Amino acid sequence: MSNKKELIISKIRDGIVIDHIPAGRALLVLRILGITGREGFRVALVMNVESHKLGVKDIVKVEGRELTRDELNLVALVAPTATVNIIRNYDVVSKFKVVVPDVIEGLIKCKNPRCITNQQREPVKSRFRVVSREPLKLVCDYCGTIHELSDIERSLGIA
Amino acid sequence: MGSLGWLGRDVITVLDFTREDLEVLFTEALNMEKYAKSRLNILNGKVLALAFFEPSTRTRLSFETAMLRLGGSVIGFSGVEATSMAKGENLADTIRMLDAYADAIVIRHSIEGAAKFAAEIAASPVINAGDGSQNHPTQAMLDLYTIWREFGTIDGLSIGILGDLRYARVVNSLIQALSYYRVRLHLISPEPLKPRRELIEFMNSRGMVYDWTDDPYRVINDVDVLYVVRIQRERFPDPMEYERVRGTYKVDLKLIEKAKPQMVILHPLPRVDEIDFAVDNTHHAKYFKQASLGVPLRMALLKLVLGGES
Repeated sequence: MSNKKELIISKIRDGIVIDHIPAGRALLVLRILGITGREGFRVALVMNVESHKLGVKDIVKVEGRELTRDELNLVALVAPTATVNIIRNYDVVSKFKVVVPDVIEGLIKCKNPRCITNQQREPVKSRFRVVSREPLKLVCDYCGTIHELSDIERSLGIA
Repeated sequence: MGSLGWLGRDVITVLDFTREDLEVLFTEALNMEKYAKSRLNILNGKVLALAFFEPSTRTRLSFETAMLRLGGSVIGFSGVEATSMAKGENLADTIRMLDAYADAIVIRHSIEGAAKFAAEIAASPVINAGDGSQNHPTQAMLDLYTIWREFGTIDGLSIGILGDLRYARVVNSLIQALSYYRVRLHLISPEPLKPRRELIEFMNSRGMVYDWTDDPYRVINDVDVLYVVRIQRERFPDPMEYERVRGTYKVDLKLIEKAKPQMVILHPLPRVDEIDFAVDNTHHAKYFKQASLGVPLRMALLKLVLGGES
């Protein structure tokens, strides 16, 4: 059953496969990676397929775009179970489980309206330090406000 | 974290410094008390910029006095009306300019993280003189210095902090500073002004001993220091919320009747009505003394950061 469903999408030649994404979160993963679909490269997305590990999962395949390990690790914010396969010439050349990085810059908006990072005319990017991964807890490096998963989801427009 | 000393450092939070650094500062401040009403020429030719985007009396004037007593000069502004920010200039550009003019910048701003941001832009040391509800490290250094001078120690003391524990930045910085010492904390506030989650988690992470009550009478007989802060009216998102809590606590003669004989009352000032004027005449009242120590403490800080040789 599972095999049949995965065959909906063909193998990719060069690129990445992000597997074991919690069901329903593939679109969020693309948002975190900054992929809109208008860039021109091929993107495949499978949602709600059977998984031995998770019961149901999503998969994202991106062809012809290099992503750094740091960029890919950001996926862990919304998909902590995700694994990344790097594909070269149809072969998996490396594989890793994503981990939330120690510092997250620019991606998330601080929820404190009085924080310097929310002042529109200042050249400043948000910066968060991870104080706990399970449960996820980030602290704004400028104003010290604590952020949890729900705050991050709200910031990414997905709560 | 090992000590990096003071020379050329930004002063953004108390936690940027170690207990040893603080003790170096206190020893230097004690030395500076001799010169707080005269003049040293150890910062001759140095210029300090005071960028006060928010009102201040003591902090601004004690920094200014400290710099002048050390032989240096002061430039700056108080309020944005007379500056190009009134024309729409942003903080980053303003800081770049002050950085070019001065050897160090003292900044107070209503936005949280403003001082840290300024420090990232400026090459010169930036000293945080208050950013929103977050930090006011030099006030906390002054508070600890006052306690250290009164008791000869900070370890072992019982410290009550009464008032607006939610919005007062001095409370944040004071508790950060006290985390370096073995103290018992009694936090006293009306329910809506209880400390924020960030502060509670900080105290827990440092293993600090604390409790909370809304009734100062329950702890007054235990405290060596009663630190009082006003309700930070300007930080309330909703003025109705302020009206609900104003006047909910007051230190008066009746309360301090129950206190230990050597108990001292501190207050960062300005005071509104949270300490009865009658208390000023008791031997417990040390808040004016505390304010006067702001000059030698800030002399010591400027000397250490700017590298004045005496």
